[in-house]
Amino acid sequence: MKFFKSIVAAGLVAASTSAFAADITGAGATFPFPVYSKWADAYKKETGNGLNYQSIGSGAGIKQIQAKTVTFGATDAPLKAEQLEKDGLVQWPMVMGAIVPVINVEGIKPGELVLDGPTLANIYLGVVKKWDDEAIKKLNPSLKLPSTAIAVVRRSDGSGTTFNFTDYLSKASADWKTKVGVNTAVEWPVGVGAKGNEGVAANVGQTKNSIGYVEYAYAKQNKLTYTALINKAGKPVQPTIETFQSAAANANWESAPGYYVILTEQPGDKSWPITAATFILMHKAPTDKAAAAEALKFFTWAFEKGGKMAEDLDYIPMPPNVVDLIKKTWKADVKTM
Amino acid sequence: MTDLAVNAGQIADAAPYDRARALKAFKFGDNLFYWVTRLSALSVLLILGGIIISLIIGAWPAIQAFGPSFLWTSRWAPSASPEPVLGALAPIYGTLITSAIAMAIAVPVGIGIAIFLTELCPQRLRQPISIAIELLAGIPSIIYGMWGFFVLGPFLANTFQPFMINLFDGVPILQDIFAGPPGYLSLFNAALILAIMVLPFITAISRDVFTTVPPVLKEAAYGVGCTTWEVVRKVVIPYTRVGVIGGVMLALGRALGETMAVTFIIGNAFKISPSVFAPGTTISAAIASEFAESDGLHQSGLILLGLLLFVLTFFVLAVARLMLMRLHKKAGV
Repeated sequence: MKFFKSIVAAGLVAASTSAFAADITGAGATFPFPVYSKWADAYKKETGNGLNYQSIGSGAGIKQIQAKTVTFGATDAPLKAEQLEKDGLVQWPMVMGAIVPVINVEGIKPGELVLDGPTLANIYLGVVKKWDDEAIKKLNPSLKLPSTAIAVVRRSDGSGTTFNFTDYLSKASADWKTKVGVNTAVEWPVGVGAKGNEGVAANVGQTKNSIGYVEYAYAKQNKLTYTALINKAGKPVQPTIETFQSAAANANWESAPGYYVILTEQPGDKSWPITAATFILMHKAPTDKAAAAEALKFFTWAFEKGGKMAEDLDYIPMPPNVVDLIKKTWKADVKTM
Repeated sequence: MTDLAVNAGQIADAAPYDRARALKAFKFGDNLFYWVTRLSALSVLLILGGIIISLIIGAWPAIQAFGPSFLWTSRWAPSASPEPVLGALAPIYGTLITSAIAMAIAVPVGIGIAIFLTELCPQRLRQPISIAIELLAGIPSIIYGMWGFFVLGPFLANTFQPFMINLFDGVPILQDIFAGPPGYLSLFNAALILAIMVLPFITAISRDVFTTVPPVLKEAAYGVGCTTWEVVRKVVIPYTRVGVIGGVMLALGRALGETMAVTFIIGNAFKISPSVFAPGTTISAAIASEFAESDGLHQSGLILLGLLLFVLTFFVLAVARLMLMRLHKKAGV
């Protein structure tokens, strides 16, 4: 027994010394993984301190931080204030992305087709079945639409992208809200499920007359035909960094406990309606204070110097007013001393 | 040598004592061997039991919430409010139907290849074909998945599926089984990939057991004027039936549980459709897809699916054992 105990003790010592070497550990959402790893790489070059981020999915990230096996967790679907309170966690948005509908219809160029929330929801409900449906025609009087069936593509794996997309559809369509709802995985009425953003992008790219939804970066890198959307203000908007940032800047962060803001259907003439933030979770009273302090240093650095790197990867940095708020939260809530 | 000669007397003196010791040592070795092998064998049962128990514990909330109706509910709504509604019928259906189609394709083709390799193939070709078959088994399933997604799926959707849909148009029942629209991701595409994946198991094992048929039996059959076909049918296959069925069962086990490749090309729709060209899902694909981002009752439901797959596989293998036993009885072995 003594022998066993000493092994455990040795293991703990080893674990704590490795934490002392200032390797921050994080786990969770897959969506921000490219930008987190790019930041980590640049940060290591600058300061010599490393970050080990495992992209294992938002749900798993939440579980890991609850179990205190990592310095921070990451999730695309924010936790509600009560949940944060219960686990003694702090949450803030780290970086943003946007979700865009992508289509593959012959003769239609990127940004030409305009859709609105109710129509998009009806396509995914299987109510709007053909491309020349009245609802689509009405929004696009000048486009020549084929009389072919719409091949609906969506994610098969549970994902934050799906969470935000279904949240948008729920806000836009009462039918969607009651019949399908919001989740990382839902009961899809129609369509085929492809794995990951890359799966949806590839499938839409191959399948004629299809529609799908992907992170903006995937639409851009795969040169897919994205659509314009009509936003909450009733204006058609194109997916650009400007419209994404407008959504974030117009969101009401101050009065949202735990920054629980889902960036869909935000006000503003220029706001893209399906923008999404990805969140970081940390303990208010972390067991490993040194690692937590180090993590906050990294996040500060990322907010201050990581914006350009994020944009290069088609992510959207948090607007400065939100960053200031977040820094105040750290000071007030996270005990690293 | 000389030492031996000098000491021979001493050895003779010491013999009774040494012999007892040597025997004891042997006995100890034997005992050790017995216990080591016994423990290894028992550990399988222990591990199996551990897996079942942890699956049951994980699935317990879902078992309580859904009860036996989990088995015949086809709705899968993890976001339904207030509580998720989960049912396993669609994934069970997908698992069984894809495996059945895969076996229907792979068994005749696999055994055919094995017969060709052992009975008909020119010596020169034997080695390359055998190696190619074994390489098929070595390809990781994710590669099959990607190939199915990018190459096989589009090919089937553009050529084979429209052909079948037109061919059976208007034929009762068959027109529902081969109904459009064609799709890149479908039950049939997944089944075809599965067939290719399990082919090496059937072929390699059948080939190996075919080569165990004593040449004298075959020669005798040829001697009384049998054709090659008759030799295969009346001598080779009856002689090796147990081994061939073993290979088929191994393949079926893999087909039932294959995850990655299927997830890529089955379309992951929790639907039961009469058409094999429609998207569907399997138990393992459903778990692989949704597990990482699931929690609470949803996750418990996925674990319950895992338990079902375990039971299903167990059941299929048990049935296979029973079939084998009956064959033994019939053959009077």
